[in-house]
Amino acid sequence: MSLLLEPNAAMIKEQKLYREMGLTDEEFARIEAILGRLPNYTETGIFSVMWSEHCSYKNSKPVLKKFPTDGPHVLQGPGEGAGIVDIGDGLAVAFKIESHNHPSAIEPYQGAATGVGGIIRDVFSMGARPIALLNSLRFGELTSPRVKYLFEHVVAGIAGYGNCIGIPTVGGEVQFDPAYEGNPLVNAMCVGIIRHEDIQRGVATGVGNTVMYVGAKTGRDGIHGATFASEELSEQSEAKRPAVQVGDPFMEKLLLEACLEAVKSDALVGIQDMGAAGLTSSSAEMASKGGFGIEMNLDLVPQRETGMTPYEMMLSESQERMLLVVEQGREEEIAAIFAKYGLEAKAIGKVTDDKMLRLFFHGEVVAEIPVDALAKDAPVYHKPSAEPDYYREFQAMPTYIPQIEDYNRTLLGLLAQPTIASKEWVYDQYDYMVRTNTVVAPGSDAAVVRIRGTNKALALTTDCNSRYLYLDPEMGGKIAVAEAARNVVCSGAKPLAITDCLNFGNPEKPDIFWQLEKAVDGMSEACRTLGTPVVSGNVSLYNETNGEAVYPTPVVGMVGLVDDLSHVTTQPFKQAGDLIYVIGEAKPEFGGSELQKWLEGRIFGKAPELDLAVEASRQRQLLTAIRAGVVASAHDVAEGGLAVALAECVIGASGLGANVTVSGDLVSELFSETQSRFVVSVKKEHQEAFEQLVEAKLIGEVTNDSILTVNGEHGGTVIRLSVDEMRNVWKGAIPCLLKSKD
Amino acid sequence: MKFAVIVFPGSNCDVDMYHAIADELGEEVEYVWHDEENLDRFDAILLPGGFSYGDYLRSGAIARFSKVMAAVKQAAEAGKPVLGVCNGFQILLEAGLLPGAMRRNQGLKFICRPVQLVVENNETMFTSAYGKDEVITIPIAHGEGNYYCDEQTLNRLVENRQIVFRYHGENPNGSLADIAGIVNERGNVLGMMPHPERAVDALLGSADGLKLFRSIVNYWRETHVVTA
Repeated sequence: MSLLLEPNAAMIKEQKLYREMGLTDEEFARIEAILGRLPNYTETGIFSVMWSEHCSYKNSKPVLKKFPTDGPHVLQGPGEGAGIVDIGDGLAVAFKIESHNHPSAIEPYQGAATGVGGIIRDVFSMGARPIALLNSLRFGELTSPRVKYLFEHVVAGIAGYGNCIGIPTVGGEVQFDPAYEGNPLVNAMCVGIIRHEDIQRGVATGVGNTVMYVGAKTGRDGIHGATFASEELSEQSEAKRPAVQVGDPFMEKLLLEACLEAVKSDALVGIQDMGAAGLTSSSAEMASKGGFGIEMNLDLVPQRETGMTPYEMMLSESQERMLLVVEQGREEEIAAIFAKYGLEAKAIGKVTDDKMLRLFFHGEVVAEIPVDALAKDAPVYHKPSAEPDYYREFQAMPTYIPQIEDYNRTLLGLLAQPTIASKEWVYDQYDYMVRTNTVVAPGSDAAVVRIRGTNKALALTTDCNSRYLYLDPEMGGKIAVAEAARNVVCSGAKPLAITDCLNFGNPEKPDIFWQLEKAVDGMSEACRTLGTPVVSGNVSLYNETNGEAVYPTPVVGMVGLVDDLSHVTTQPFKQAGDLIYVIGEAKPEFGGSELQKWLEGRIFGKAPELDLAVEASRQRQLLTAIRAGVVASAHDVAEGGLAVALAECVIGASGLGANVTVSGDLVSELFSETQSRFVVSVKKEHQEAFEQLVEAKLIGEVTNDSILTVNGEHGGTVIRLSVDEMRNVWKGAIPCLLKSKD
Repeated sequence: MKFAVIVFPGSNCDVDMYHAIADELGEEVEYVWHDEENLDRFDAILLPGGFSYGDYLRSGAIARFSKVMAAVKQAAEAGKPVLGVCNGFQILLEAGLLPGAMRRNQGLKFICRPVQLVVENNETMFTSAYGKDEVITIPIAHGEGNYYCDEQTLNRLVENRQIVFRYHGENPNGSLADIAGIVNERGNVLGMMPHPERAVDALLGSADGLKLFRSIVNYWRETHVVTA
């Protein structure tokens, strides 16, 4: 739309054109009151993106306040590009997870790729060197051609961006469930390393300092992306395809290297990624955080297309752009750094003292808005919350216990479930080794990445079993955090902190808001008990298709610290003759389990219970034993229960098997998803030391026959499967589903 | 001995190459930005992997025009060891320093995993520390490693023993004759898709790549007798 065709202020009000941009009548009235006049088209657009849920967290803010965000090791909590946690030696780890769900549902390759690009910028905008990427993906069942298309292209998009920019994709998770059929989830996490003194913040301070624009030119792509992300998906969403941006990882590689050089210069005052809502959010947020104003001349903004209007420039979400504030008079120094990488750092404005965002275009003021109204004073809503009927029904159901006749077939069937099956098809496409620090590659409980120049490493994981959350969001929220910590501990690390990505449905529905509240309550309690504050995160609401919400899916990205590389532990058994222990006892808990979903085609009943005190104590004991050097392998019991966990321990080893005897109710013992359980192997010479440190039950031995044998306590073998057969089923499941034509 | 690691815009295995030489091999090494024109101060030239110029147009097609490439050619003509890994190999092909071309992997997907290689020729300056037909484990990470050349060229490669590494067991990318790495006729320019610099520390899975770098150092020492 050319400038002349833009509706004028009166038309916007009379024809309620602001509604198309996602603003309500009340919000429009509020804008009128703030400005003391009617907003023009550009201003209406600016308010609409800044007040979208994606940028303002207006519906989730009251809930997010419940998260514990402090800790002695927290250097930067939520509110900046990424959270930062101290790891000693003058170093810190910066990390954040973010969603790119809606773009990926419409254009999976570019949607996923630009999700990766965005989260990388968040991390290097803090001054940190990105060292690892993770992701968390949810799709419908791998039976429909549409889901296969989304899955294959999302993975290719993540690979295309991460591989090219040269940051290893070291871990993640993929789950499949009909709840995500129309609304896949694509969450990307980036982890960086930074020296304490290099930490940057996205602030604009110092009257007269220069606002500089670096990176790709601004085009018409991604206009209103943040608004699009704050709506439900529908049949009409296809028409929003132009709102999806296109990524250029090569440009971002140049930008990354140039920015990391620029942060070493004391001429740099502040730096922020132009992410959602691009130039608008970066300028308004930097000014608001700094307590200043910003003035920009839009004629100076590097443009990819001709005839762009202020509205288009301010709302564009073109990728690979950063906004810098540079000390007045030192612009040349910064420009020289970018020039080395063939990039132009262009002065487009300056910091002012009047706390206004003021935009000039063709010599005229085209927008003038108080920055705080756009950022910290955006509206906040306390949405009504109501316990849904389905929850009451599930809670009232009798305990579900599946009928199992053939344990061998059950285990093989579970190993072939795509959520449990090997994700090799996925991570083979990711360069998970570049930068040569990946000590534990994808496929174990957590990825482990060493920190060069030290004897330390980071353990990284993303986790969320959303089926439990659907059945019981509070319990499920606790479990998501606890499971992430279990994975980190199994790798030999102490859990440090989390980042979270809250993927939920439409918060304006009381049922959905209740899920959000309860999930955050559960997560907060687990974070407090396990000592892992929330240091960054992202909220993605409105994940609905034609009125159907996804399962509540608050993905937890956890970072743990391995003190000494010798503590690094993995899940496969190591040597024949080692003793196999199980920590924790099983209860008949099949609600939301993989087995229930497989056998019944749906989930119902109660989620497994979690006692956080027990969880914390078992994690502490296991970590103590790992650090004492008496644990050969460790693996948590998760989807599919103990039988699947044992199978994974032998599948990952070469030429080994296991012979174990289990007591109690066999179906529960082998397949229930009772929480806080681990499978551990221990060398015989460490038996005594291990048993002194950890309360665990000896159940058998690692063998050299490549067979998994499980016996009942009263004699009789219930499972006897060759490791090769299990491995073939487990590895073949996803490629096989992708090849099948239907 | 002094190594150069050439850095093109978009190179991303430069750091790995640098650390392999500096930390594991213990030799001198320096990053060289793509616009340098003189490499005389170096004894060996390393072209690392990555996505030079985003691999836009075609892998290595833009990088071959970088200023530094004239100097790389001079180094090759002077008989210095020149090693191109992954994108570095693609650049050497585009620059005409090695024969043949790369196509997309047969499966049309990027593949990252450790693979087994057999050392076909252990009598080059890059492989003398390996045993004859030694089978080694080195990771690959590429989308375009499907090597191709015409029949005449292939015959020449075989006759001159220019095929240095072949994939052992499964061929991951469909390359002609299972080719994983080749040298030029003179034997001082090696291009290979697998990443020896990623296999220099058992902590990360394999140290089988270290012998390749040791071979280069051994060769240099033999040909540069220090007279006291």
